[in-house]
Amino acid sequence: MNTGNLPFIDEFRNEKVVNRIASQIKEISNKKVNLMEVCGGHTMTIHKNGLSGFLPENITLLSGPGCPVCVSSTRFIDHAIAIGRLPNVILTTYGDLIRVPGSSSSLEKEQRKGVEIRIVYSVLEALEIAKASKKKKVVFLGIGFETTAPASAAAILQAVKQNVLNFYLLSAHKLMPPALETLVKEDNQIDGFIAPGHVSAITGCDIYRRLTDIYGKAVVISGFEPVDILQTILMLVKQIESKQFKVENEYTRVVRPEGNPMAQTLMKRVFTPDNAEWRGLGWVPESGLSISEEFAAFDATRNFTVSVLARELPKGCICGEILTGKKKPSECKLFAVVCTPINPEGACMVSPEGACSIFYKYRE
Amino acid sequence: MKERDQQISIHHGNGGVHMKALITELFMHFFENDFLLDQSDSAILPVIGKNIAFTTDSFVVDPLFFPGGNIGTLAICGTLNDLAVSGARPLYLSAGFIIEEGFKIKNLERIVRSMAKEAKQAGVKIVTGDTKVVNSGKCDKLFINTSGVGVIDAKHISISSGIRVKPGDKILLNGPPGEHGLAIMRARKIFNFKSNLKSDCVSLFPLIRDILKASDRISFLRDATRGGVATVVNEIAQKCKVGVEIDETCIPVNTDVRVMCEILGFDPLYIANEGKVVVVVDPADAITVINTMRKVKTGRNAAIIGEISSNHKGKVVFKTRSGGKRILDELMGDQLPRIC
Repeated sequence: MNTGNLPFIDEFRNEKVVNRIASQIKEISNKKVNLMEVCGGHTMTIHKNGLSGFLPENITLLSGPGCPVCVSSTRFIDHAIAIGRLPNVILTTYGDLIRVPGSSSSLEKEQRKGVEIRIVYSVLEALEIAKASKKKKVVFLGIGFETTAPASAAAILQAVKQNVLNFYLLSAHKLMPPALETLVKEDNQIDGFIAPGHVSAITGCDIYRRLTDIYGKAVVISGFEPVDILQTILMLVKQIESKQFKVENEYTRVVRPEGNPMAQTLMKRVFTPDNAEWRGLGWVPESGLSISEEFAAFDATRNFTVSVLARELPKGCICGEILTGKKKPSECKLFAVVCTPINPEGACMVSPEGACSIFYKYRE
Repeated sequence: MKERDQQISIHHGNGGVHMKALITELFMHFFENDFLLDQSDSAILPVIGKNIAFTTDSFVVDPLFFPGGNIGTLAICGTLNDLAVSGARPLYLSAGFIIEEGFKIKNLERIVRSMAKEAKQAGVKIVTGDTKVVNSGKCDKLFINTSGVGVIDAKHISISSGIRVKPGDKILLNGPPGEHGLAIMRARKIFNFKSNLKSDCVSLFPLIRDILKASDRISFLRDATRGGVATVVNEIAQKCKVGVEIDETCIPVNTDVRVMCEILGFDPLYIANEGKVVVVVDPADAITVINTMRKVKTGRNAAIIGEISSNHKGKVVFKTRSGGKRILDELMGDQLPRIC
């Protein structure tokens, strides 16, 4: 029998360490604070490990807009569906997206009606499909933040290099800093951010400077294990109690201060910042990534003429307020009544990283 | 058989000479027993006991061959295990084959050989069967249905209902969960993991026979197949109207399963098994049962993973490695289709 131990993971789940940090938090935390875990991965760790049970009552955790599937707008889903309905098109996508409701259909429903949709685990798989299906136009639905955008950029550069002219990207890639700034501008009582570890691995630590320096918020970049999250909360509480706001990095084993310069270069080469629509936040200036003029030949938006009329979210769905930390999933009238992971009404119930889906799975 | 390198054609299912050859040279040859040799429309069985357990299961796994087994071993072990966890001693099986035209006869022979081997090891006879051939594209290569009958001792009749489950009872598992589901995933080459991970597909009857002999206080048995261990413990909580508490640190772990699960974001407790049984037993007999399980290969890594509680009735509370507590819910959506 193998031991089942995983070095570099088990240490970050160690019960003794968890308890020690938890008691340190209780010791120093006096103020009532609202902390937002930006990333869906963080929400998952918190609930999967029952971390709320380790925190004093004055600390409230709010889920943020860091689930790529959840923040995809109905307009984007409708746009993808409209392109998919065109002849000779193969849509390729990360799996979660196919169940997200658009305004009148979903990719999954369209697939049953005959739209060709293939689930891929990497954008490079989509590129391979394009190479193998020369007579078809292969469109990859690019979602995600600074974490997945460099891979999409790399795929376009590979398409250029290998002369794959039937590969297209429908970009809904988004940038994290403008969204976080929109949240704090609305002044929704967030005191500090458990900042996204994987986004920061690409961007480096400086992107959160405005949050600390201008808006006076505590920011700590966090890893994804229980010890990471609690250590991050301890660091945030220290900042808030002492009113010394700065960007700190708890996830030093992955995030370097300067990030990943090669990935940053790829993104800058292929994309330009543009206005983008977020489910929950609406249109946020300079928060999206459009394909730059040089690579227009690979841009699905430019190369497929379709009309898209997006409507509002389903009646009663409060995904928007959930994604901005204003409400918890349990405050939604649809939650666990008509909206469940099997029959999702809103995007937050679709993705395993969506707050509603996580709250449902680990509900008390 | 002579046609080893050939393929199944629609004639192999038409009742004529091809079909006869297939039945006598393949199925009867490998499954050989007196009942089958009669070639009657029904197998005529002697009276086997007062209480009879009867079960059926169909197998559609994709791919047909996977590390640790194939659709044939699955078809025998699956049905044997359904009988065994009911407290029954399996005796007779039926085997129905739905074969897609074009299927290689040598592959069919490999599968039939494995079935014969599994049945022989378990001391059961395949006493009746059926063969259908469908046109290309009308089924995916091969589907198998097996039904089984076994005899069940009166004192074991309540085991499958769980009516004797009570707070304080211990919950045991015979080994690490998740091997079958991930072996199938490995066979599908969805991700190129380098691993020796094999399906745990095995007949659980010998282990179950031994523990039922060792203890009269076993209150529930269930094999943790589709939906995994999490589904079984939820079933206990709901069916027996009790609370269930599971401790993550006590669950046996296969490192390869854990690594793949960490990377893919899966939970081993929701992954299918084909050789794992959840046992609920009175605390006084828990150690005896664990020790009995550990004596056989299929129970070498057996462990007490939790207990029945009078709190939070109908729910499973899961204590994590890091000391937190959460609800372990039933499976929702996802996971792999056609794993068995």
